[in-house]
Amino acid sequence: MSEQYKHFWAGVRSEIPLLIGVFPFGMIYGALALGAGLSTAAAQMMSSIVFAGSAQFITTQLVHEAAPGFVIVLTIAIVNLRHMLYSASLAPFTASLPMRWKILLSYLLTDEAYAPTILHYEKEGVTPHAHWFWLGAGAALWLTWQVSTALGIFLGAAIPETWSLEFTLPLTFIAMLVPVLRNRPAIAAALSAGVVALVAFSLPYKLGLILAALVGILVGTVLEERKSQGETR
Amino acid sequence: MNIWLVMLFGGLITFLMRFSLIYLLAAGRFEVPQTMRKALHYVPPAVLSAIVFPELFMYGGTMNLSLDNARLLAGLVAILVAWLSRNTLITILAGMVALFLLQLFL
Repeated sequence: MSEQYKHFWAGVRSEIPLLIGVFPFGMIYGALALGAGLSTAAAQMMSSIVFAGSAQFITTQLVHEAAPGFVIVLTIAIVNLRHMLYSASLAPFTASLPMRWKILLSYLLTDEAYAPTILHYEKEGVTPHAHWFWLGAGAALWLTWQVSTALGIFLGAAIPETWSLEFTLPLTFIAMLVPVLRNRPAIAAALSAGVVALVAFSLPYKLGLILAALVGILVGTVLEERKSQGETR
Repeated sequence: MNIWLVMLFGGLITFLMRFSLIYLLAAGRFEVPQTMRKALHYVPPAVLSAIVFPELFMYGGTMNLSLDNARLLAGLVAILVAWLSRNTLITILAGMVALFLLQLFL
């Protein structure tokens, strides 16, 4: 087996434990997207065009609420801002790669591909074929995401409307939200964003959501700054 | 609203953010400011609860803080289960069962 394939398969293998969590997530997305009124084609294609789990869930929610397009796009941008951090973190290892590799690997740079890839680079450093590891992890995730979306769409179509299936969407967000409430600034960020979202609910174009998110981010950041200043004093 | 256009722009922005620093840092043109690193930690709690709060408190467009708000109570059950289990599927199941039972009895 050539060096490329060895690295590629090592990347695929590193991804397998994560895929166990990703698969039901993709199925839930597929089922919900149909329930929210997206066409089968749009629901499936979003998994390859946007290819970002939480952003896809939020897009589904906003489509369901008939939010205007620019608000949805802006929300996707805020939610996916964290990818710039991954991009920054992996950038030093990609300096010598040709542009077509940089483009391909950037497209595959999700939360789940980032985690094993950065660990691999930190352990092994930049080896001539290390980018094949990233490709393997990213491709395994990509394929799983497409297949689980399709299966979710297929099964979702069979579930009757009286089951209030759309409530699984806020429940999914609760399941994502609770584990990130690790410290006081994070809890304050969540509470302030939640309250602003209620107060600003009647703003046009769902702008209340954007405002609430920005207030929450600001509150969390300011509190953390204060805390670290208090510690250095 | 055209969903395809939204997906196209959303996908393009997502790609550009993933590509941004791989492109810029490799060329040695940019460093991530410390404050932005900190701020990014608060994107998930802020955005998620900005979505969850109205879903639980204002279903149908008006504020409902009373005990007959089945979604709010089911949401609180889900928060408790999420905190205890740290598991997405179990949280969803618990919330759905709670909603089903509450709608039956309220």
